[in-house]
Amino acid sequence: MHEMSLCESVLQVLEDHAKSRGFEKVKTVWLEIGGLSGVELDAMRFSFDAVTRGTLADHARLEIIEVPGAAWCMQCCKTVSVKQRFDACPDCGSYQLQVTGGEEMRIKELEVS
Amino acid sequence: MCTVCGCGEGETRVEGEGHEHDHGHHHHHEHAHDHEHHHHDGHTHDYGQGPAHAHAPGLSQARMVQIEEDILGKNNQYAAANRRLFGEQGILALNLVSSPGSGKTTLLARTIDDLKGRLKLAVIEGDQQTANDAERIRETGVKALQINTGKGCHLDAHMVGHALETLKPEAGSVLFIENVGNLVCPAAFDLGEAHKVAILSVTEGEDKPIKYPDMFHAADLMLLNKIDLLPYVQFDVDKCIEYARRVNPGIKVLKVSATSGEGMDNWCRWVKATQQLALIGQ
Repeated sequence: MHEMSLCESVLQVLEDHAKSRGFEKVKTVWLEIGGLSGVELDAMRFSFDAVTRGTLADHARLEIIEVPGAAWCMQCCKTVSVKQRFDACPDCGSYQLQVTGGEEMRIKELEVS
Repeated sequence: MCTVCGCGEGETRVEGEGHEHDHGHHHHHEHAHDHEHHHHDGHTHDYGQGPAHAHAPGLSQARMVQIEEDILGKNNQYAAANRRLFGEQGILALNLVSSPGSGKTTLLARTIDDLKGRLKLAVIEGDQQTANDAERIRETGVKALQINTGKGCHLDAHMVGHALETLKPEAGSVLFIENVGNLVCPAAFDLGEAHKVAILSVTEGEDKPIKYPDMFHAADLMLLNKIDLLPYVQFDVDKCIEYARRVNPGIKVLKVSATSGEGMDNWCRWVKATQQLALIGQ
């Protein structure tokens, strides 16, 4: 996808918070990434290292919390798990699904000093 | 990095495993830091269990900071500002997305020719390089501004915000934003537009909607372009629409040909009707 620009956005958020909350180094970053967000995790890790080099997050560890895709099946009236957007309901085969989880791209927390 | 001495050698994980790097390198610590519990002999000091693995007494631990912020939060703020401006001025912004070669620019030029007497129009062109597309649009007599993203694979709301300062689209106009030809990245970046319009041509595969589900999920309208070529290509229109509805049950589909003009009246009617909606509630 566009992991490089996502990492640049992450870095921007870190720099903003460093100023407002008074820290100088970021040692660990926890991200929450949904299974339907389109983010390639390996590319994310690779880009993170490249983007943070020489910044306040140089050598910071990236921890990714994966959030599985979930959808509401209108036929079964229940939440089912999906791996892709176009997946059918694993129980009834219907495509009338409303995605309810797995689209997250969030910065959860940081370990800083 | 070690929280005790600040040395940057190897990220050590302390989850019950102990701190593995030795402090044999030279640097001077005024503070008395003790690394005695290097040997794991049964008694467990759990200083290292926490996320902030400071393990010497009296030294402050690294802090944890709760952020809970969307990675694209910044972009979304810019997008909200653009959307506010569009709302205040009754501008209908449409974000045109497609793969390269779907005929986006040709379609846009044709649309402008069909609409320019009746609506106020403006165009933002996004490409990695060259101003060719904006020049092509300006030939139609409509205000156009080119954004070159350089290395970037998509337009973002910040770039569009700056483009708006220069372009200054008139109140009550329709602003077409032709995104970079890419069916992946532009899906995630809100520009503040009212609708994403995905353009798919029949010379591509009919399964593109499920190959690039995020984009077709994000779009409200799909224009199936180059339908004048249907007799010469293997493209199952019904199948394509079925795939698109699979990822987006609410997507509207219009079949058009920017070259022959077929179906263009429907598309222009859609633009006009949607523009009327943008004016309501101003």
